[in-house]
Amino acid sequence: MPGRLSVGVDLVRVRDVARSLEQFGERYVARLFTSAEADYCGRGTPAAASRFAARFAAKEATLKALRSADGAMDWRNIEVRRDAAGWCEVVLHGSAAELAERNGVTALSLSMSHEADYATAVVIAMGAFDTKGSESDD
Amino acid sequence: MIDEIRAVVREHGRLAVSVETLADTADLYQAGMTSHASVNLMLALEDRFGVEFPERMLRRRTFESLAAIRDAIAELSAANARAS
Repeated sequence: MPGRLSVGVDLVRVRDVARSLEQFGERYVARLFTSAEADYCGRGTPAAASRFAARFAAKEATLKALRSADGAMDWRNIEVRRDAAGWCEVVLHGSAAELAERNGVTALSLSMSHEADYATAVVIAMGAFDTKGSESDD
Repeated sequence: MIDEIRAVVREHGRLAVSVETLADTADLYQAGMTSHASVNLMLALEDRFGVEFPERMLRRRTFESLAAIRDAIAELSAANARAS
């Protein structure tokens, strides 16, 4: 049976992430991001909040593409990995990998972008999704 | 406890409406809370109530209303009390 496509998108305000970094610091980073993601995004640099915001958007977009249906999910189980050429991909661990397996996901494709004010991400999943309908718009 | 939760939601939920106008069971996401705001809310609730939300509770419905949050914190607090 040919696979079906599922798309997820998310938009995050960069200043909200900057405020969270200021207010909760390392605890915020450690609950949401893997150490490799955190190392790439940096700390206290002008780009840090934008990079963290884009990655948070990627995690939320992935949940939508995987059709999570409110399953419990540690955000660190969805990791954005960047290769030497600068391309980013989604790597799944733990409960996220299990969800993908249940939905027969064979491939994920990620695109992220950020401006000064907003960061966004789109994830497309190829899988064996057995339900139709639109995702949440949150 | 609901009043304390309401105060944390007021500060961190970034709702489009006043939290004072919401019933305990009103949907906070429908009231404008984003997924990112729910993360801030979670961290602030952990600070306020001395609990930590485990992965099994990291889901939308845990934070979808004041009553749902109260129930989750009560469950975590009871587990903490049993463990100490």
